Amino acid sequence: MTRAALLVLADGRFPAGGHAHSGGAEAAVKAGRITGASGAAGLEEFCQGRLHTAGLVSAGLAAAAALGADPVELDGAADARTPSAALRVAARKLGRQLMRAARATWPSGELDALAREFPKGAHQPVVLGLAARAAGLGAEDAAYCSVYECVSGPATATVRLLSLDPFEATGVLARLAPEMDVVVRRAVEAGRRCVDEGVDALPAGSAPLLEISAEVHAGWPVRLFAS
Amino acid sequence: MTTAGVRATARISARDDGRGGTALPVLEGDGPLALRRTRASGAEARVMLVGAMSGPLGGDHFAVEADVGEGARLHVGSAAATIALPGQGKGEARYDLRLTIAAGGELRWLPEQLISVKGSELEVSSLVELAPGARLVFREEQVLGRAGEEPGRLTSRLTVRLGGRTLLDQEVACGPGAPGGWDGPAVLAGCRALGQLVVVRPEFEERLPEPRALGEYAAISPLVGPAVLVTALAGDALRLRRVLDEALASLG
Repeated sequence: MTRAALLVLADGRFPAGGHAHSGGAEAAVKAGRITGASGAAGLEEFCQGRLHTAGLVSAGLAAAAALGADPVELDGAADARTPSAALRVAARKLGRQLMRAARATWPSGELDALAREFPKGAHQPVVLGLAARAAGLGAEDAAYCSVYECVSGPATATVRLLSLDPFEATGVLARLAPEMDVVVRRAVEAGRRCVDEGVDALPAGSAPLLEISAEVHAGWPVRLFAS
Repeated sequence: MTTAGVRATARISARDDGRGGTALPVLEGDGPLALRRTRASGAEARVMLVGAMSGPLGGDHFAVEADVGEGARLHVGSAAATIALPGQGKGEARYDLRLTIAAGGELRWLPEQLISVKGSELEVSSLVELAPGARLVFREEQVLGRAGEEPGRLTSRLTVRLGGRTLLDQEVACGPGAPGGWDGPAVLAGCRALGQLVVVRPEFEERLPEPRALGEYAAISPLVGPAVLVTALAGDALRLRRVLDEALASLG
């Protein structure tokens, strides 16, 4: 493997469409649940909650896909762990965009097969795991990409939504780094167990407010972000 | 001195009695888990879970198993809230639900709340397995702490399968010692009552309800299959129940 491939895949400028999504931050800002960088209504608390729930689930799926678990079963497991219809739509949209970019960047028979199986898009973490595999990266790399994206998306969105100081937002991400390491370790362990025991071994952490506010957000007539 | 926790398993079997009603060939309470058959309503048998002791306490392991046969209809409620308490023994308490429903059977699982008391540690695991053509209403409500009290540590996983395929797999973890952010703006935002309602109906194969928000703190969303999930948060148990009742009524 080449470590530089990890930077290509994790780069916010990788053309996979992530910039159009706020990871629930837009709904939380509008509801007054994020008002600044830290504190009870802070971006940091928001990202931390997201990291240990939806973030761990996504990273587990990505790690399992990178390890070669059956992507169709992983996609079903992602559906069962994403009860919000709006979030399933967003995950498939992101998966489809990532698929397009990844196939052009790292051509792979496995990516081609997944694209044929899910013409409207597979869940993004599953595509991410296979893209990492195609790029010669491992499960840990896939989990790191997933976990970083899970918090950097809301951080970037909050800078735009609240005019939050970008230095403060980046400070939040840096403070969360040790917790990202922890979540990656748990995700990779779960991914390994998934290969041996099946998808029930994957984490299933849920964040009720992310699920609820995704449906609230989907009902708005005008939005800055797609989710 | 440490004491070993209590192990108890209650079992219910419901069968079509062939005369338009539902028989209960198995109705076995165990220790702290007592079961009472109450007045039936039409074809539906009704069972009440009665806590004969307090708990679960730390170290206890409770299980309830219910199996609903073809054409049988079972309603299970509880006489009072279940209260997770700290125990003298070390370790967490466990509460396992194993519910199975055959084709044409119906289970309405509508117990009172689970209250997670300060200092308690409880892990709940609920597995519902339905055959194609089975019907389900499953409600769970968690209240974090008694009035004005900090909650205990609570982890609750809910898995629903239909014909062997997983429709829903969700785990909520909250209270002291849970991963960071559990009370923050992405997860509970200070709400002390959370609830889920799963409804599975064969007729949803034809027409699934649309996703919609029910105010800022509740939503109803179709799952991938003939099922919907209502997720709700509220300041207290009473308001939570009202939201879940209204959501269930709106499904017709």
